[in-house]
Amino acid sequence: MSAAHAADPKPLEAILGAYPAEEASLIQILQDVHRAYNYLPCDVLATVAKTLGVPLAKVYSVGTFYKAFSLQPQGRTIVKVCTGTACHIRGAAQLVDELQRKLGIKPGETTPDMGFTVKTVNCVGACAMAPVLIVGETYHGNAKAAKLDTYLAAGEADDAD
Amino acid sequence: MRIESEQAFQRFVAQARKRSSARSREVLVCCGTGCLANGSAKVAEALAAELAKRGSDVPVATFTKRTGCHGFCERGPLVVLQPQGVLYTRVKPRDAAEIVEKSVIGGEVISRLVYKDPASGQRIPGYAEVPFYQRQTRVAMRNIGRIDPADIEDAVAHGAYAGLAKALFTMTPEQVIEEIEVAGLRGRGGAGFPTARKWRSCRAAAGDRKFVVCNGDEGDPGAFKDRSIMEGDPHSVIEGMVIGAYAVGAHEGFIYVRDEYPLAVVHLTLALEQARARGLLGANILGTGFDFDIRISRGGGAFVCGESSALMRSREGKVGEPRAKYVHATERGLFDLPTVLNNVETWADVGAILARGGAWFASMGTAKSKGTKAFSLVGKVKNTGLIELPMGTTLREIIYGIGGGVLGDRPFKAVQTGGPSGGCVPESLLDLPVDYEKLTEAGSMMGSGGMIVMDDRTCMVEVARYFLQFLTEESCGKCIPCREGLHQMLAIFEDLVAGRGKSGDIEKIERLARGMQLGSLCELGKSAPNPVLSTLRYFRSEYEAHIERRACPAGICRELTAYEIVETACNGCHACFKVCPVGAITGKIKELHVIHHDTCISCGACFDVCPTQAIRTFPKKELAERGVA
Ligand SMILES: Cc1cc2nc3c(=O)[nH]c(=O)nc-3n(C[C@H](O)[C@H](O)[C@H](O)COP(=O)(O)O)c2cc1C
Ligand code: SF4
Ligand code: FES
Repeated sequence: MSAAHAADPKPLEAILGAYPAEEASLIQILQDVHRAYNYLPCDVLATVAKTLGVPLAKVYSVGTFYKAFSLQPQGRTIVKVCTGTACHIRGAAQLVDELQRKLGIKPGETTPDMGFTVKTVNCVGACAMAPVLIVGETYHGNAKAAKLDTYLAAGEADDAD
Repeated sequence: MRIESEQAFQRFVAQARKRSSARSREVLVCCGTGCLANGSAKVAEALAAELAKRGSDVPVATFTKRTGCHGFCERGPLVVLQPQGVLYTRVKPRDAAEIVEKSVIGGEVISRLVYKDPASGQRIPGYAEVPFYQRQTRVAMRNIGRIDPADIEDAVAHGAYAGLAKALFTMTPEQVIEEIEVAGLRGRGGAGFPTARKWRSCRAAAGDRKFVVCNGDEGDPGAFKDRSIMEGDPHSVIEGMVIGAYAVGAHEGFIYVRDEYPLAVVHLTLALEQARARGLLGANILGTGFDFDIRISRGGGAFVCGESSALMRSREGKVGEPRAKYVHATERGLFDLPTVLNNVETWADVGAILARGGAWFASMGTAKSKGTKAFSLVGKVKNTGLIELPMGTTLREIIYGIGGGVLGDRPFKAVQTGGPSGGCVPESLLDLPVDYEKLTEAGSMMGSGGMIVMDDRTCMVEVARYFLQFLTEESCGKCIPCREGLHQMLAIFEDLVAGRGKSGDIEKIERLARGMQLGSLCELGKSAPNPVLSTLRYFRSEYEAHIERRACPAGICRELTAYEIVETACNGCHACFKVCPVGAITGKIKELHVIHHDTCISCGACFDVCPTQAIRTFPKKELAERGVA
């Protein structure tokens, strides 16, 4: 996501309009913000804090507490490796290692060209098909390290359209 | 059309049943998260298109229905033909034409698509005869896989909301609580607290504004029963919550859904709208004057938010930090008002109990654990998936009877239950009847019903390290014994798996564990040592091997393990060459292959693919003795 997109106030207006202006709406609002901007931009958080009448420090503490939120811009395609127990004992670590070798980044990091962000998640509820890899919106069950190129290429193609 | 009387409700049920029986043939396609990942949406489209194309050839009205998870995810995508009850597994879109031609029109069974029982080698066409289903008793999951979760009429035709109608039209709130008490229903979210007792104290709490909450956070990795219930039969959850609200006198409800479950949010949202439109939810429910509505809130991806008081803080827009236990949620819960919070499966049981009676539910199970329980059976087991069984079923029956045994017929080592708060149960306890008390005695927990089967290729020290790492990341950090205890313990385990263990480490671990059990504020910290203590209790020799011999007996810990190919067993199939991510294996097809220790990273990929079991592990320190760097 470019910085220009982050500054766009339009999505934020719509999001703020959809919820009562109170602290209880904070997490729902941050979730929508994250979806719209792909991360939590600083200036947007300031606006959210002012609108809800919640101290910015509190917004920041919520933004850093929950795993669903990132304060850094994310890559165009998010690659999630499930490292839940079922996936762990069926070889999720091999997927993480191989991604690191292929993309040169660790979980939580983004490639310099902003192409991919790699994340680990604790169980996506598809444990019967462990290990599970999610590229963009596509779930790959029984994922194999040797097939990573195919999974990633399909993810990039999705992103292009 | 809102339903405003008992008669109107009965008419609605009759009409829904009539519509359902008019569709004399149904093609059910599982569209749960598991099957979708295997491509079932395309299978459903292909079947619907094929049926439309063959329109006039099809003898009777045939209908393609997308259902929730049948549980047999391993074999997905699954297709069931009704009324014959034929089950097809691993169906591909290109099979659609043949299914319509031969099975729907011709009435034949396509043997190639039928499930083959690995135990007997026989093909079993009938859904109900497959051992995986035959041995189950489904209560919470009664309608999953049978109904279209996006169609309330279909749910009602299969009995949804009958329990609610009975409660609202014929029972007082006290009688409802009484029925739940007779059923002996205990919470399905972990601790097994008696549901009726919780409801009764919330009913007695002062104040008019009360809340009913559904805990759909399902944070235990390896558990997905709640996801399947919310996705596959959202009406069972809604029905239970309305009944609960009536019993305690609440008018507002929330379903807190885990962030990783987007499909559950979609199906619940739709189900809530449909229930509201029929007058089963909202103002003046079924014309009885009772008002109750439900909203959904999505979690933020924090394991601790599955804990009830942390969940309520999160719903208030705050950081999810638990409260001390002396504050009772039934008096001061969400927004400091009286609140009843139950797990998804608990809510799903409620409607069935009201419809069929508490005594029926209590007739199943053990002395103190009544009814049935859903489990997700995963890990190194042949039939992975979702199952529901009477309490008291033995682990052996679950893993060998339903699960079909360990993957690749390797030796069984342990089954992990209860998630990060639970423990590992060894082979010597396979005949343990599963209920709340028995699992706790064994040093584990019921938890969310995840059962992760582990074979001899699982290192128990590494498993304990895995859970510690999980909990270190997920501890909310509010209190020191949990936050710092986990950090210190994890550091010791990182040394153990890397061959840097010292004598005295085991005793240090045990001291830390006691401190955390005594001093932590919430159950996360108190139960965090369980995976460590249970593996120490049953697998102490593995710890000792890591420390004293610098060896990983399971051949898993990378720093301690080297791989080699047994010359006499290698048939030169080249499979290992293809999977090695670092090119450490050389060899030509049909010739002996060799692993080069200087490049090998001990990932074990070759071990898992070798068809002749020609790959062997040995302690890495022997490499030095052989003169390899
Ligand atoms: C760290 C922690 C995580 C928990 N996670 C869940 C969860 O994901 N789902 C759940 O239903 N209960 C979870 N619980 C248990 C809840 O606190 C609570 O006891 C339960 O939801 C009550 O519902 P029940 O009586 O129907 O089981 C968790 C508890 C702890 C301490
Ligand atoms: S025990 Fe751990 S998770 Fe629970 S309140 Fe304390 S720090 Fe937080
Ligand atoms: S552990 Fe990976 S999907 Fe559940």
